[in-house]
Amino acid sequence: MAHRIVAIITGGLVAVLVLAPLVTVWGWAQTGRAIGAGDWAALRFTLLQSVLSALLSCALAVPLARALVRRRFWGREWVMTALGAPFILPVLIAVMGVLAVFGQNGLVNRALGVFGVEPVSIYGISGVLLVHVFFNLPLATRMIVQGWSRVPAEHLRLAGQLGLRGWAMFRVVEWPMLMRVLPSALGIIFVICLSSFAVALTLGGGPRATTLELAIYQAFRYDFDLAKAANLAVIQAALAGAAAVITVMISGHESVSNTCDRAVFWSHDGWPAAVWDSLWIVAAIAFLGLPIAMVVAQGITGIASLGGSVWWAAGRSIAIAAVSTALCLALALPLTTRWGEVIGTAGLAISPLVLGAGLFLIIRNFANPFDWALVVTCVLNAVLSLPFVLRILRPPAETIRVNYTRLAQSLRLGPTAWLRWVFIPRLRQPLGFAAGVTAALSMGDLGVIVLFGTSEQATLPLKIYQLMGAYRMDQAAAGAVVLLALSLGIFAICDYWGRRDVKD
Amino acid sequence: MKYLSLAAGVIFATAAAAETPVLNVYAPDYFTSEWGPGPSIEAAFEETCACDLQFSAGDLLPRLMLEGPSTDADIVIGLNTDVTAKARSTGLFAAHGQTNADLDLPIDWTDDVFLPFNWSYVSFVYDATRVTTPLTGFDDLLNLPDNQKIVIQDPRTSISGLALVLWVKATYGDQAGAFWQRLAPHILTVTKGWSEAYGLFTDGEAAVVLSFNTSPAYHIVAEDDDTKRAAIFEAGHYPYFELAAKVAGTDQPELADQFMAFVMSDAFQSLIPMTNWSYPAAQPMSDWPQAFADLPIPSQAVYMDEAQAADLRDTAIEEWRTALSQ
Repeated sequence: MAHRIVAIITGGLVAVLVLAPLVTVWGWAQTGRAIGAGDWAALRFTLLQSVLSALLSCALAVPLARALVRRRFWGREWVMTALGAPFILPVLIAVMGVLAVFGQNGLVNRALGVFGVEPVSIYGISGVLLVHVFFNLPLATRMIVQGWSRVPAEHLRLAGQLGLRGWAMFRVVEWPMLMRVLPSALGIIFVICLSSFAVALTLGGGPRATTLELAIYQAFRYDFDLAKAANLAVIQAALAGAAAVITVMISGHESVSNTCDRAVFWSHDGWPAAVWDSLWIVAAIAFLGLPIAMVVAQGITGIASLGGSVWWAAGRSIAIAAVSTALCLALALPLTTRWGEVIGTAGLAISPLVLGAGLFLIIRNFANPFDWALVVTCVLNAVLSLPFVLRILRPPAETIRVNYTRLAQSLRLGPTAWLRWVFIPRLRQPLGFAAGVTAALSMGDLGVIVLFGTSEQATLPLKIYQLMGAYRMDQAAAGAVVLLALSLGIFAICDYWGRRDVKD
Repeated sequence: MKYLSLAAGVIFATAAAAETPVLNVYAPDYFTSEWGPGPSIEAAFEETCACDLQFSAGDLLPRLMLEGPSTDADIVIGLNTDVTAKARSTGLFAAHGQTNADLDLPIDWTDDVFLPFNWSYVSFVYDATRVTTPLTGFDDLLNLPDNQKIVIQDPRTSISGLALVLWVKATYGDQAGAFWQRLAPHILTVTKGWSEAYGLFTDGEAAVVLSFNTSPAYHIVAEDDDTKRAAIFEAGHYPYFELAAKVAGTDQPELADQFMAFVMSDAFQSLIPMTNWSYPAAQPMSDWPQAFADLPIPSQAVYMDEAQAADLRDTAIEEWRTALSQ
């Protein structure tokens, strides 16, 4: 019962945190302008690119995850950690990296130029998809790898004894697992891509690639039409909400099977499979690694030129990331249920701009928002990361409950003992991954804080923007390398904590 | 420890505030950053005012409109001409109290609420190692080869992007949509803000970028690089002014007036070129730094006043959007 009450309170808290700002903005605004032709075009494009991005990311993630699960090779641990990198990259840096490889002046076009081939332009829907897959392929891959590592060892042994191989193995053992994991992965990537805005515009090549979030930004920043901004935000939230409900309904419950909690290696099935898997792994490392390497190459020489204030900002970003992560995990643990996942998605569903405006209006009633900027940053980072964290934690948490609740009851384990001896230790691997994701996302998030006003409290991403705004593109590139290193470092530390001594 | 020192800082600041009056100035983020004009302006003003000037950086107009008359701001600096209609309609601003005749601008300044403190011309900046024939008009942009693309900012999210759309509208009138259609194949992409576009340009992704005619000064002064040049169009350029204004409900009216006078002073104006990379608004060319005086400058301004801009804005943006969406 105690679990239920904590879950309901936490769920309520998250819902209020997300809905109160939206309602406040709505209440504050007078009637806005009607939603015009441009906005409907934006809605259509938003849906199109989100659906395609989600499908493409997941379609590529399945063979990649399968390869990573089946193969053991030197440096595999590193590859697994580095695979998290693009997802946690600040948007600005990811775009820089992708363009350095695939842009007009990028590696690919320069290589083509050597053979006298005309340069290929990626601007357009293909560019949007390219960056969204770059961002989300790693997330989808990690979610699917987790699904594979949760296939009960008994199933694998039994399959081995029955001589199931290739297609039969896939159909009987792997396909049911994918059907549980894929809807969740598709759903979250769809929701992430819904609110894409600067990336979609830049890589989309112009106003053809206008998304709803841009329309919200325009309504809010330029027309100061809060009612319209709120209306558009509701449409966006409805899409995200529908996606969350549908995916949770489809993905259903974890299979109810008791296991002996022992991992086994997958059997190897010959060299053609090994070659196939290796191709996927090498291609993924190249696709995900090259843009990151280019960001590093462009900025690393400038690091010495960065002033003390940039390092202070980096320190501030680390502190914010730590607090945000603790807060996010505290919110997430009670919500690792199906409907908790739906509620948790809300944080990502509401446009950050509207969320920020609402919080600003609420806080103004009793304090100077300026003094609350850091607190609000931490809370919003936590709420915005919650959907990812729940997607990562919910499936294993449910498996643990299925497998151990009866044992715990027969041993009369209290809630604390349950957490201490059963739940947390068995959840450690996904918990480390989730903490890493939250911390890294919080490092990179420029957030909704612009409204609250910032001065000496600038974070590292803000410093990078300031450098760019002052023509110092080289130093901005150097700052980007620092941000990349910190995001990746903090992610790797958390992820390592989770995977230490664990055989997956 | 961090929070202890933070708390100590807050207490300290509050104690100091009890003694010296505080002037709250809202400004854009780039302005208050250590690489912008903010810090040196703060220091120079505090030398004379016996006060504490505190910048609050962030989104100016949305924040002011959310706060309404209860805003803490005494001064707002960094607005620009294309949003003044909206800003004026809030009724939050008082007269600036300065003599417009003291300004040195390419147009006659008649506004007694919003006071320009710097300006430049919106211009296309190009990489002279790639674009070898100077661009002298919009038509030259249409003749750029395929491998020399242009990157611009979105008029729906960026003030320089909006200035371009108004510039084209002022130049082409009813033919603006047709012009955009012809320019569309030459536009590599459209970015949310100036920084992203300029970054694409310096990375070599695009050969031409929408920026300001004063942008090359940064490269000349700070990087000793004269290959980034502004295209000077014979038919004239859209001028871009940044403005300061006094908040009507200020609780420090004398200090605010003193600051507005300071904006017009040589002390303030001399700080502008090298920190904001634009022309000072109240200094003759003879007082500008050499690098600025040497910059090629358009011979005339193509300008829409506030009312015209407000009238034509939606039409101009829609023409732009339709043409570039095909």
